[in-house]
Amino acid sequence: MRRRVVLQFGLAAGGLLLVRPARATRFEMQSAIADYASGAPVKPGKVMFDIPPLVENGNGVPITVSVDSPMTAADHVTGIAVFNERNPQRDVVRFTLGPRAGRAVVSTRIRLATSQQLVAVARLSDGTFWSQGVDVLVTLAACLE
Amino acid sequence: MRRLLWLLLSVALHAVAQPARRSGFDDMSPSTQAMQRDDAQNPAMLWAQDGAALWARAPSPSVPACAGCHGEARASMRGVAARYPAYDEALARPIDLATRINRCREMRQGAPRWAPDSQELLSLESHLALQSRGLPVEPPADVRLLPWRERGEALYRARIGQLNLSCAQCHDERAGLRLGGGLIPQGHANGYPLYRLEWQGVGSLLRRIRNCMTGVRAQPLAADSPEFAALATYLAWRDRGMPVESPAVRP
Amino acid sequence: MARTLITAPATAKRGEVIELRTLIAHPMETGFRPGADGLLLPRNLITRFSCRYNGDLVFSADLHAATAANPYIAFFTVATESGTLSFSWEGDHGFAQTETVSLSVT
Repeated sequence: MRRRVVLQFGLAAGGLLLVRPARATRFEMQSAIADYASGAPVKPGKVMFDIPPLVENGNGVPITVSVDSPMTAADHVTGIAVFNERNPQRDVVRFTLGPRAGRAVVSTRIRLATSQQLVAVARLSDGTFWSQGVDVLVTLAACLE
Repeated sequence: MRRLLWLLLSVALHAVAQPARRSGFDDMSPSTQAMQRDDAQNPAMLWAQDGAALWARAPSPSVPACAGCHGEARASMRGVAARYPAYDEALARPIDLATRINRCREMRQGAPRWAPDSQELLSLESHLALQSRGLPVEPPADVRLLPWRERGEALYRARIGQLNLSCAQCHDERAGLRLGGGLIPQGHANGYPLYRLEWQGVGSLLRRIRNCMTGVRAQPLAADSPEFAALATYLAWRDRGMPVESPAVRP
Repeated sequence: MARTLITAPATAKRGEVIELRTLIAHPMETGFRPGADGLLLPRNLITRFSCRYNGDLVFSADLHAATAANPYIAFFTVATESGTLSFSWEGDHGFAQTETVSLSVT
């Protein structure tokens, strides 16, 4: 009787370790963002993160990140970084820009392992950081090769 | 009289019951559609670009390149992909564009055939199919294709595999519904060779059909099988009039 | 030599902001995927992309496994003077490739 209880508890505990709660990966993403910002506050705003809300295939998801900035020598975007919650790694891509970019708009295609939150962070020349988060639903192909 | 009425009724119902044809393009999200529309973004253009180089390059010094006989593909290959599969007299069966390319290589260039879905074959096929982009799929009005088309339709409607499903059950009867999270398309073949996000590369109609057959746990068709020739012939007839989208993008 | 496709204008007016779009054929193997034998396929990624305008670095990107295969990167730059735009990709296993386009600025 006692043995069965111990086994059941053991299985449950093991199960918890295998499935990381969403809180853990969300926390890791926040840490990665804080790391990118070197601890500076990251405020929502100025960033437009264009990504389809419903993704047909996580292998190739087109994204465009635009930042509201005059892109002059005095006031421009120096970097744009995208972070994720549930891929094997938190980093997606980091762009480095300058006043010669002319427009703070970058496009690429990314991979998403599953439905999750993504955050695009912009670093401005005045040292401030801005961000926008989006929740993306990822569906998977039914008939795999 | 009653039999005639039944016949007329069934013909009328059959005509009415035909759903409007819808390309897989229309079922995609706007961003994936943008990927197909924009040649600067469409990954299949990397293959088509390679194909243009292959078209111009002779396989060995003593034989002509494709361009040596056919000139500029833009002019000479316009509309060609829209008319395949076509009947080949020597093989006494319909052949697809990939097989035609390989036969040219063997007979005119003394070069070995490229393997199905090899990068070279897909590249050249993409380059040629691109020259028909926008033109309507136009299977040849060749009576020799008729028995193959009918055989292809029978294969399309036959239940296969451990899951015991036919192409028609998903792609005719249930197109627009969902299988898992994915929308079931009508399964038209007017965009091949295409870049499939699932493959992370360009592939042929043969590859896609083999995927589907594996999906229902059936033995997949071989590249040079008469069954594939029949099915491809039927699919081209099923797509007739739809614009060629090659090289397309699909999820 | 990977296949690349660069879409850039051939000419521009001084001060005009031009769009540069690049595609390169590369599997971007993550290192997380098992192959047919069940063993993980080795990682093979492009890790860095940079654009130089007459030698000056005007844009760069650090890529990771989350970048899709056959990477597409589109960005903007100000047309300052005539010259050469060079696009470089670097990655695992010593992968390094540079392609150039000419730009005429009036």
